[in-house]
Amino acid sequence: MTALTAPPLRAETTFIRRSIIHTLRTPDALVMAIALPTILMLLFTYVFGGAIDEDGGYVDYVVPGIILLCAGFGAATVATDVASDMTAGIIDRFRTMPVRASAVITGHVVASLLRNLLATGIVVGVAVLVGFRPDASPLGWAGVVAIVGAYILAMTYLFAAIGLAASSPEAASGYGFFLMFLPYVSSAFVPVDTMPAWLQWVADNQPLTPIIETIRALLLGTDPGADAAWAAAWIALILVAGIAWSSVVFARKAGRR
Amino acid sequence: MTDMIAVRGVTKSFGTQEVLCGIDLDVARGEIVALLGENGAGKTTLINILSTLIRPDAGTARIDGLDVVRERQAVKTRLSLTGQSAAVDEVLTGDENLRMMAGLIGLTRAQAAERSAALLERFDLTAAARKRVKTYSGGMRRRLDLAISLLATPPVVFLDEPTTGLDPASRQELWSVIRHLADNGTTVLLTTQYLEEADQLADRIVVLREGRIVAEGTPGALKARVGGEVVEVRGPDGEILGEVPTDGSAAGLRRALGAVDDAAAITLRRPTLDDVFLTLTGKARS
Repeated sequence: MTALTAPPLRAETTFIRRSIIHTLRTPDALVMAIALPTILMLLFTYVFGGAIDEDGGYVDYVVPGIILLCAGFGAATVATDVASDMTAGIIDRFRTMPVRASAVITGHVVASLLRNLLATGIVVGVAVLVGFRPDASPLGWAGVVAIVGAYILAMTYLFAAIGLAASSPEAASGYGFFLMFLPYVSSAFVPVDTMPAWLQWVADNQPLTPIIETIRALLLGTDPGADAAWAAAWIALILVAGIAWSSVVFARKAGRR
Repeated sequence: MTDMIAVRGVTKSFGTQEVLCGIDLDVARGEIVALLGENGAGKTTLINILSTLIRPDAGTARIDGLDVVRERQAVKTRLSLTGQSAAVDEVLTGDENLRMMAGLIGLTRAQAAERSAALLERFDLTAAARKRVKTYSGGMRRRLDLAISLLATPPVVFLDEPTTGLDPASRQELWSVIRHLADNGTTVLLTTQYLEEADQLADRIVVLREGRIVAEGTPGALKARVGGEVVEVRGPDGEILGEVPTDGSAAGLRRALGAVDDAAAITLRRPTLDDVFLTLTGKARS
């Protein structure tokens, strides 16, 4: 009998590969993550857009919000992936193996990041087809990719924690729903100053508004100002909370399915 | 040489419910021990403590001399667990499952491929190796599950109700695999609700009831206490009037029949877990 020890990060690379194979073999999540934001974008551009901005410039306004909606909605599906693993026997197998079992969550998170960056890229491509004309510098684009990637990562960790805490994959899949509504009460689709005063306060102070304003400023080549700091702070807060919450729930659920 | 498994005074409660109330158990190297008990007896909880999934509230448990709480990481290199629900990835193929798990325990890519092929062959899964596990039957999943457990040739194998939900043919197959394991010196601790399964496989049976060990011994010794056969005495309407354990011999049967009224119908049957509990604990299951 020889006690084997895997090289460092073997668990992480193995689980990342596993999650990517899962994504490729069950493409529904990817298709939904692309189709839903695309349909919403077309709806807002062609149906509501004319009423909001008669000059047809609405698509440039709406794309940052669509990007966040796409990223958030796609990241939410990780809750189902995590919950499926946690309620199946396979998690006990990983836990009784000489590996860091929590790497299974890392695998889902990294696959989610890649999947949603791809989905967001495709949605931006469709936006360009329907008339989206950003003025961003290369540095601005790099900033957009960085902030969208960080947002996806933070949301993925938050929803991984929700998936860990949920009693079943079905229950876990329900929570992504809430994220669908958050962008509506922000500057995603209409300027905040068109809302009633009390709702303006909510929209101004919720995390999505500074993130959207930062992406919008970077895409239009203007200075995001204080919004950039607020966006970074909100994303960091969500990320830290998501990681902490998922670690606690993962440890607490050991052996208790 | 120390025992492979040594359990001393282990207790565990979930909330106010006491699941294990002081378990002492030793399993020698290469021994097959069956934990026999009904649902809720504490079998799975004990297996989960031994395989480091949960911590005992009190008492100690050692695997190969290593403490399951304080030396958890080292313990994990000595054991494999095949739980009640097949711990396999349904989206991957059988071969991919084996190679993924082989990678996790530190085998190189070449070693993993070779080991996977050998295990697929041994468990009669070669034809299904490239099919997704989603398409496998219950028996095939169990075999794959067990194959994964044997990737590292661990000295201790825990099997939690290994044949629950299997058809008779798959059950027989699995039994022969388990026997083969022990022939190669692996220590096996399995749980079961079926006396027949424990009888077929185990060197020693440990009967668990409401978190306590109520009896233990070789299958022969336990069955001798229960009787080889049970005579059921039925009245004219088929209602059971009484059950008399016998040793299965003609003399024993005559003795049992001596106490039976001529008007009654009798049937012979194998002792069930109920009879074991009845005899060993002196009271029927509630």
